Amino acid sequence: MEKLIFKVYRGDSGKGELKEYQIEVDEGMVVLDAIHKLQATQAPDLACRWNCKAGRCGSCSAEINGFPKLMCMTRIDELPKGNPITVEPMKAFPIIKDLVTDVSWNYEVNKTIPPFTPKPPEPDGTWRMQQKDIDRVQEFRKCIECFLCQDVCHVLRNHNKHSQFIGPRFLIRVASLEMHPLDTVDRRELLKDQFGIGFCNITKCCTEVCPERITITDNAIIPLKERVVDRYYDPLAWLIRQLKRVFKPSAK
Amino acid sequence: MHKATLPKELETTGLGKTARKDKWLFEPLWTGLGFAIFVVYSTWGALNPGPAGHPYYEWGPYLSPFFSPLFLVKAWPDWWPKILRTPALFVLWAPLGFRATCYYFRKFFYRTYLLDPPGCAVGEARSHNYKGEKGFFIYQNLHRWFLYPAVALVIILFYDGVKAFFFADGFGIGVGSLVLIIEPILIALFTFSCNSFRHLVGGNLDCYSCSFSNRARYQVWGKVSLLNRNHMFWFWISLGWVGFSDFYVRMVAMGIWTDWRIL
Repeated sequence: MEKLIFKVYRGDSGKGELKEYQIEVDEGMVVLDAIHKLQATQAPDLACRWNCKAGRCGSCSAEINGFPKLMCMTRIDELPKGNPITVEPMKAFPIIKDLVTDVSWNYEVNKTIPPFTPKPPEPDGTWRMQQKDIDRVQEFRKCIECFLCQDVCHVLRNHNKHSQFIGPRFLIRVASLEMHPLDTVDRRELLKDQFGIGFCNITKCCTEVCPERITITDNAIIPLKERVVDRYYDPLAWLIRQLKRVFKPSAK
Repeated sequence: MHKATLPKELETTGLGKTARKDKWLFEPLWTGLGFAIFVVYSTWGALNPGPAGHPYYEWGPYLSPFFSPLFLVKAWPDWWPKILRTPALFVLWAPLGFRATCYYFRKFFYRTYLLDPPGCAVGEARSHNYKGEKGFFIYQNLHRWFLYPAVALVIILFYDGVKAFFFADGFGIGVGSLVLIIEPILIALFTFSCNSFRHLVGGNLDCYSCSFSNRARYQVWGKVSLLNRNHMFWFWISLGWVGFSDFYVRMVAMGIWTDWRIL
């Protein structure tokens, strides 16, 4: 057992400070254990959100030593020794108290995405699809909505474009719908205009912080950008569309 | 309310401002420096094709990739700037355009040269009107325009690579032959691991099992996806090798290096 120095944010959106605590840590402890110990022994009014303590619920998102992480999945013995460990709330969202942020904006954004709209069922009343058709989509379904990707995205974090850009988490959701073999809605115009995919400049930070190891940029955002290119910027695709229009037999 | 003003303790704005304690600066530094070295060398190499009767871009069966395919101008117009009288002018726009709009390049270009952001969870310059790729940088969507000539260039470079084994006295293997055959292989790995290529071969489909052609494209897409995982690696190694190939041909053509014949 050793004593480590933790600097934990105490305060709200208006005022606060990084308060220093000495916490005794055991081998194998994660940062969330230390925060719980702090609550139990020194700071009973410390606010933090948590639930499963197993990296499944996405509740305990925070910034540990300046990097967005889940507190329950960050082992203390893997952090650099010698320096105090800083624990701060996510900075892309308003702080309610201490480590708890108001992430409700994300739920409002989610409502703006046209939902799954399947094509009509087959004659026997069912839909069929094969595993290889939904492998890509299943990667996106691993998302636990921890919002670390939203937190690290500089478009939201530094440029405050919350009203023009839906962020990586919801680009994943759009990708899971757009690539679904049964879905019938075309969301490319929304992606370009309302969802602001053009704001993403591929810095791949969202992929770096994802605790579920979802390849957000390469498997979701770039393919969506490419679908927008298909529609608006590809000279060959444009030519093929025009030719199809010219040679399409007129419906009588 | 989306984002509250953060208290001073948690302020994120300000170039380089971060609470990170790891060596986040290392990556933008080495990528920025590495690419800058290539840009300086390739610009110098392209603008210095050597004297008309004894060009530095070819020697025996070897042709520098900076000048392939070779377009020779018999007489440049008088008004054409002397410094720009180089056959590389007709070639380099395609690979440069392809690389300058590459998705991996965009990652390190924005991080390193525009500091937008310099690193993940690292602060940016205090005030600038960020538009991402919706404003000036909307041209990045032209990546596919450059993909098409880049694919053609791969075929041409393979032709040059094979030609490098046929000397005046017949088939042979020189060190230059190996340099120039490795080069199109690496360029091909970079080109065919491209995200746009991955999209075109199958990424744009929603149902892989729906037809014979979709099933075939799924197979190709899977292979390209494997290559794509290392797109960054192919970017750098092909970039370095192209530069080295030009350097090798130049050194041999200038008589500074001797091309060893293995066979």
